[in-house]
Amino acid sequence: MSDLDSTTLADGIRRTVIEQSKRANVGHIGSALSIADILAALYGGTLNLPGDRAQRDRLVLSKGHAALALYAALELTGNMPPGTTGTYCADGTLLGVHPERELDGVDFCTGSLGHGLSIAVGAALAARLEGTPRRTFVVMSDAELNEGSVWEAVMFAAHHGLASLVVVLDLNGQQAMGYTREVLDLSTPAQRWRAFGWDAHELDGHDPAAMQATIEELNCEAGAPHVLIAHTTFGKGVSFMQSVIDWHYLPMTDEQYSQALSELEAAAA
Amino acid sequence: MRDDFVAELAELAATDERVVLLTGDLGYMVLDVFSSRFPERFFNVGVAEQNMVGIATGLAEAGYVPFVYSIATFATMRPYEFVRNGPVLHNLPVRVVGVGGGFDYGHNGITHFALEDYALMRAQPGMTVLAPADSAQARAAVQATRELPGPVYLRIAKQGTPVPGLNGRFATGRAQLIGEGSDVALIAIGSIAREAQQAAELLAEEGVAATVAVVSTFNPSPVEDLVELLSGVSLAISVETHYLNGGLGSLVAETIAEQGLSCRLIRAGVQDTPRGLAGSQRFLEDRFGLSAGRLAATVQAALDAAPV
Repeated sequence: MSDLDSTTLADGIRRTVIEQSKRANVGHIGSALSIADILAALYGGTLNLPGDRAQRDRLVLSKGHAALALYAALELTGNMPPGTTGTYCADGTLLGVHPERELDGVDFCTGSLGHGLSIAVGAALAARLEGTPRRTFVVMSDAELNEGSVWEAVMFAAHHGLASLVVVLDLNGQQAMGYTREVLDLSTPAQRWRAFGWDAHELDGHDPAAMQATIEELNCEAGAPHVLIAHTTFGKGVSFMQSVIDWHYLPMTDEQYSQALSELEAAAA
Repeated sequence: MRDDFVAELAELAATDERVVLLTGDLGYMVLDVFSSRFPERFFNVGVAEQNMVGIATGLAEAGYVPFVYSIATFATMRPYEFVRNGPVLHNLPVRVVGVGGGFDYGHNGITHFALEDYALMRAQPGMTVLAPADSAQARAAVQATRELPGPVYLRIAKQGTPVPGLNGRFATGRAQLIGEGSDVALIAIGSIAREAQQAAELLAEEGVAATVAVVSTFNPSPVEDLVELLSGVSLAISVETHYLNGGLGSLVAETIAEQGLSCRLIRAGVQDTPRGLAGSQRFLEDRFGLSAGRLAATVQAALDAAPV
């Protein structure tokens, strides 16, 4: 397990995301940077991950296209052997753009948006049936809320009072072809989730320590399921990617790569 | 068959506490046999089939054996991608139960006809498909799921009238034979097998000796049994309440082609989208050539055209 504090872990995740997406020459960089601090909060002390699966918290990366950030978090916290992210997108790798369960540390295959929350609801229901206190965390994208299936799961979780379920909504305001406010307006997300019976908290998605403190205070034993509306910046940490739609798909040029790395180093120093 | 299925499921649940039943708000009264005995293991998730399959995936990952229940169209098609990316990709023991395949909901019209469920489910490697022909087979199929660690699709008919001569015989990956005539093989799946068996009786009255093979499973499919059967006849007819492509007829055709057999095949099934055609199950099955009388006539015409 990791001794890294969550801020250092977040810096490491960002660096790995930049390095490996450049080596593999693939995109989805902005989406992965968007959740670096969220995963740092979760893997930097929040998730309880003992060997016994019955006790182990579950994490569903419902926005599977950001899996590189998850791989980085797993590697940096010793949940995956060092160097594993060096196989990202290589032929025959376990580390594709979207996560697969064959990789140790990944509980569920994701990549089709609107699927993850339902799985997580089942995972939380299983914990309740077993009477074990494990929690289920879900990292979702805001654009994913376009999918109707999400709201089926939202209704079920609230109706059954699945208090051990914690959604972290990566509210970066962007999707593949535009800004969410232009594609399908998602404004006032907290109101929407509260109207469906959830316990909603708005917070800064780039402050892992504050996120950890908020999670610490949640009542995961009884009551409503929880959603943390994490206000984030797409492409966070790399100035030319921040809030720019192109970086949903584009890989970096050599020049862009150098600039991204130096910006991350300056910020981490 | 539905009632026998639920009764047997309750028996399974009594000895296997991992069994959980989810319904997409269908099965009024029918599911009481289970829900009254195991209220803590019964969930009506509402009219939300995608979520139902997603929940089942999460439950199964934790060690439960969820059965998800709806009408066959809704159980298979609305959540198809959830089935594929969930139980199939994770190889988890989720049991998708589709009630009323084919024209069982005939009066309800086309949205309720399940005519492509075999094809869809069979296309997924690792998804075992069980389609019992009568109530006794349905009970056996429920018990057979104990031995299947991966996902299963069960097509459960409304009616479970016994198929004469079948006597409840059932084994995953095997075909069950009735009779041993060598003029023609009638190869049937699901509850329409009763029509195939009756067609064989009608043919016998005309001096045509038929073997009926009841196929109740895909993945594993009874390829060896079919090869043995098809090697001994020059004419076979597949019988299913399903579109012609992708189901039993396709399995038989694949078997004949891949094994280099010389047997001729007629695929009996639903040729076109049955638009504007509601009615009784019996009417619709007859309309698409699947009643005993029409099956026998089809066989007789084929034999007359090319005598064996």
